[in-house]
Amino acid sequence: MMEARTAAGRNSFAGAPVWLLGLIPLALIGLTLGAFALLGGPGLGQRSGVPIEDLAVERTVLHPGEFELMVRNDGPDAVDIAQVSVNDAYLPFTASDGQRVGRLGSTTLTIPYDWVEGQAYEITLLTSTGGTISTEIASAAETPDAGIGFYGLMTLLGVYVGLIPVGMGMLWLPFVRRVTAEWMRVLIGFTVGLLAFLAIDATIEGIDLAGGAPSAFGGPLLVFLGVVAAYLALSAAEGYLGGRQRKVRDGSPAMGTGAAGTGAFLALLVAIGIGLHNLGEGLAVGSSYAGGALALGAFLVIGFAIHNTTEGLAIVAPLAETRPRLRRLAGLGLIAGGPAIVGAWIGAAAFNPSLGAFLFGVGAGAIVQVIRQLWPAMRETADEFLPPVAVVGMLGGIAVMYATSLLVAV
Amino acid sequence: MTGAIAAPTLAAAHELIPHRGIHHALGGGEAASAHEAMHGSEAATGMAMHNGFAAGGTVDHRANGFDPSELVRDFDYGRTRRLASGRVLREWTLVAQDKEIEVAPGVRFAAWTYNGRIPGPTLRCREGELLRVRLVNASSHPHTAHFHGIHAAAMDGMPGVGEQRGGGLIRTGEDFTYEFDAAPFGIHHYHCHVMPLAEHIAKGLYGTFIVDPKQGRPAADELVMVMNGFDTNYDSENEIYAVNSIPFHYVDRPIRVKRGELVRIYLLNILEYDQLNSFHIHANFFDYFPTGTRLDSTEHTDIVALAQGQRGILELRFPHAGRFMFHAHKNEFAELGWLGFFEVVE
Repeated sequence: MMEARTAAGRNSFAGAPVWLLGLIPLALIGLTLGAFALLGGPGLGQRSGVPIEDLAVERTVLHPGEFELMVRNDGPDAVDIAQVSVNDAYLPFTASDGQRVGRLGSTTLTIPYDWVEGQAYEITLLTSTGGTISTEIASAAETPDAGIGFYGLMTLLGVYVGLIPVGMGMLWLPFVRRVTAEWMRVLIGFTVGLLAFLAIDATIEGIDLAGGAPSAFGGPLLVFLGVVAAYLALSAAEGYLGGRQRKVRDGSPAMGTGAAGTGAFLALLVAIGIGLHNLGEGLAVGSSYAGGALALGAFLVIGFAIHNTTEGLAIVAPLAETRPRLRRLAGLGLIAGGPAIVGAWIGAAAFNPSLGAFLFGVGAGAIVQVIRQLWPAMRETADEFLPPVAVVGMLGGIAVMYATSLLVAV
Repeated sequence: MTGAIAAPTLAAAHELIPHRGIHHALGGGEAASAHEAMHGSEAATGMAMHNGFAAGGTVDHRANGFDPSELVRDFDYGRTRRLASGRVLREWTLVAQDKEIEVAPGVRFAAWTYNGRIPGPTLRCREGELLRVRLVNASSHPHTAHFHGIHAAAMDGMPGVGEQRGGGLIRTGEDFTYEFDAAPFGIHHYHCHVMPLAEHIAKGLYGTFIVDPKQGRPAADELVMVMNGFDTNYDSENEIYAVNSIPFHYVDRPIRVKRGELVRIYLLNILEYDQLNSFHIHANFFDYFPTGTRLDSTEHTDIVALAQGQRGILELRFPHAGRFMFHAHKNEFAELGWLGFFEVVE
């Protein structure tokens, strides 16, 4: 009897299409949650305590005689911005989308104020419950208008800190071609060390940025999501491109095992990884400039140039045994350095700390993937962990990046 | 102008006839009509000229239960009767209650009040009378009423003192009647004295206590101004500063006085968390009577600085018609709300 019923049940399910079987649990979950919400969460009672007010100032724009704050509600409850004070003085203001900001909603506050260039300001929002949320403007400077001249300047900035240094670094190619296999391992190690530095640096910068971003969007979590997403995406791309390449080369197995691929292919991956990192770097520079926190001095540009020149070396190191055409080299340089320009545009025009944190994570994840690609090239044999020369190279790379990073404290 | 000005000249009647309702009706009516006359045009232009709140925002005085434009001339003479000895007995009831107050347009503050208003009623009496103040605690916290004056220990409104006589700490639902003589003449104040003291005061449990000298003072347009503030986010610093609780109130609705008429201001600084407060009048000077305990002025000045609890009487006449600002000359306080105007009319 029992058995018969079970069998009958199994049979009736067996008759249903697969998509329906997949959909039924989903529909049940929807129905249950819907009923739960409609009934107001039976048994849970009201949340005790006062409303939680959490506002994040995502963007501060300064025009002559005016502050503009883009404010996002980062907490579970709606927040009413009742009053605004600047340096301990209440002032009239307007709110673009009303003074009540719902969860994850945003509003732009415009506060007429005759601010003085270079002075610091503290803007405090007083909410309906009497809570305060303050934001600081470290050094007041007019936010550049996003005109053609401004994008031109950001392009120039991107060229200075991205394209030119990377391009110059690639001039080491002839040198790289002539060195012995032993020295090559040192150089690859140097590249890996350099990339490791960049990955750590990008992660920290991303987490820093996330500190100023609404935590409702994930905050520092976004950085690590970026890392994982970029790593997985590049691994998939590598698998796809690597597979195609092997087919082209008439089925002959790739040099090294699996991951390593050809020198040209490795160089492309390194360029992509560095490019994604430079996107984040451009973003930071662009937003700092737009926010008035960065003076575009010659010293800063020189610092970036030295810092990023080493990135060019990283790209050409895997190319030692190939004879790439100039066009291909230029393409690699563009992939690695060009994103700095795009980053500077985004950073200056529409900076958003959540996006910035995610992009820094993407840069770091891409670099980790590139390191995995380069790893086999540091070894003499597949079973060896690492030859001492490669370790010396890695430490050298980290040291050089650390030293040059001191020149560009943004 | 109306009842409040006439009050001192009616001193004799004051002693015997309960008439607080009359005061209230006169004061309220006058303030309301003055408000309507001024508000539409002047408030709008006033906004653009100096500090203030987001345009269009006002506090709901009705919900708050008090309006600074009325409160400034509201003196509570209590109920009186003559004792067999011939002495006047004056009685009031204070009810300590929790109340949400809109302390600035759109900003709500969980206040503790005497009689549902901040500052509490301005209790006014005459030197030598016997005073009885009944405190009913309808708040969810224990409170007291501690008067600045001269009285017996059990009447001090101090937790732990006079408990055996039913005094000391007055718990929720309890009540106690403080009894003492009206002395010395001057401007004093009362406040809750329960720990944590700063919080019990900062949340609104304070008021002015005026003892008129036996012979009275010259007739004048009398005003009470309590310099206070609110720590709305509980960080032991004030977010809001004001005179009579509502920031910028007298910017929107200036205090109307007559040119050439004697104006007397009973000024109290009860501001918690800040060391010093001050009062400054534009384009004028005043005679200053510290604590009001002497009939001679000690200073002719346009600014006076007061520590917490300090108070005094200011007497002045406005020689010119027009708008004259008064504010804390600690300008941070001024721009955070302690700012107002006199409107001097013919």
